[in-house]
Amino acid sequence: MTDVVIIGGGVIGAACAYYCTAAGLSVTVIERGAIGGGTTAACEGNILLSDKQPSAELDLSLLSARLWAVLADKLGPDTLEYQTKGGVVVATTDDVSSALADLTVQQRAAGIDAVDLDRDELLALEPHLNPGVVGGAFYAQDSQVQPMLATARLLQSVRAAGATVLSGTAVVGFDRGGDGRLLGVRTDSSSRQLVRAPWIVNAAGTWAAQIADLAGAPLPILPRRGFVLVTEPMPRVVRHKVYTAEYVANVAASSAALETSTVVEGTTAGTVLIGASRERVGFDRTFSLPVIRRLAAGAVALFPFLADVSLLRSYLGFRPYCPDHLPVIGADPRAPGLIQATGHEGAGIGLAPGTGALIAQLITGAATDLDLAPFRPDRFQEVRAS
Amino acid sequence: MKAPEIEFTFDGTTVTAEHGQSVAAALIADGQRTWRHTRIGGAPRGVFCGIGICFDCLITINGRPNQRACLIEVRQGDVIATQEGTGHAELSC
Repeated sequence: MTDVVIIGGGVIGAACAYYCTAAGLSVTVIERGAIGGGTTAACEGNILLSDKQPSAELDLSLLSARLWAVLADKLGPDTLEYQTKGGVVVATTDDVSSALADLTVQQRAAGIDAVDLDRDELLALEPHLNPGVVGGAFYAQDSQVQPMLATARLLQSVRAAGATVLSGTAVVGFDRGGDGRLLGVRTDSSSRQLVRAPWIVNAAGTWAAQIADLAGAPLPILPRRGFVLVTEPMPRVVRHKVYTAEYVANVAASSAALETSTVVEGTTAGTVLIGASRERVGFDRTFSLPVIRRLAAGAVALFPFLADVSLLRSYLGFRPYCPDHLPVIGADPRAPGLIQATGHEGAGIGLAPGTGALIAQLITGAATDLDLAPFRPDRFQEVRAS
Repeated sequence: MKAPEIEFTFDGTTVTAEHGQSVAAALIADGQRTWRHTRIGGAPRGVFCGIGICFDCLITINGRPNQRACLIEVRQGDVIATQEGTGHAELSC
């Protein structure tokens, strides 16, 4: 018996485990594969405010950015590779530049630290940028962690506090009481066939729809594929998280077709990461040369020096896409005992601590830091019914 | 019949190699054991696996860093240099 079973050992499950443990709950994390081995292992570790527009997601982003700073302080910033490097958004045409200036007005009003930059200020921040850039904006709150390291560190901390973490263990079903309430999870482990708990958190990320189906509370989470390119190690050549203003529009778009925008950032290890592509092609892991070409061409256009830098490899991941671009966070009335914590798409690292803190507050009956109504799990049924 | 010899430079010194030798083989034959310093600890590196897997033998050839000395055939006139760290110090900003 444990107070909370958390299904999923990615960054969202780890953050839920961290805040539940901190709230005094006993926690068991059940992960089908390796810790942080799904989308957490295939992203860039972004903690971004710059790509958010005033919305419930922005409120969650602001909460989470504050909590990442507290976590880094408690766990040690180096153990997460937490870097408060700031983000730079670049406009390459006058039209995009003026649209970006309109966006930063709204963002400032919503609590984001956004500073408009002219061309010279932009080039002073990022000396290697293409001198043809027009203008941009600087976002001091943008930061990053090494996502697998951060996930492992969070889970290491909860284990030290007495929590149980089971990797290589899949949830295959649920136990229910006569009233339909979930009483526990069935697993494929011979030694832990049944783990009983009054609360079960679905933090299975891109695979959360499968867990939701097992619980009889379906969610419309779909995989959205993204590639990232990795260069050979470099000295510090890209100081901030740098991306083109088109990225904001692509994040908010819903098309299944391939969209790319240019995102370039350095890492503690010295490699430079290049993204970002988005396409809905199911769980297709096939390497795509056309996508790689587009990403590389975009990066070279933004930072011409990259033309003479070698790529070491590329990787791909599946982000948990939700049709309305909001995560799903809250108790699911269709399956009492079940709490959903998924659908963060490409913002899972950035939104993890806020999600974990809200879930712990929900379970302990504390006042939640944010209104959970926009994130409620049964909102999709309402849309279908109307 | 012995293959014709070629000449290249290593850190400015002329070295003679046999046609067809890898950069690593030519440097070892010349008595060199170190041609890179690691980017974090500055530790010396040379050939290790010798078969293109370990990436320990990285070296700067004709201005391009991160070439695997064990896989690349040395050519007449090559300008080969010890690689310091990432080999991209000029880009640091």
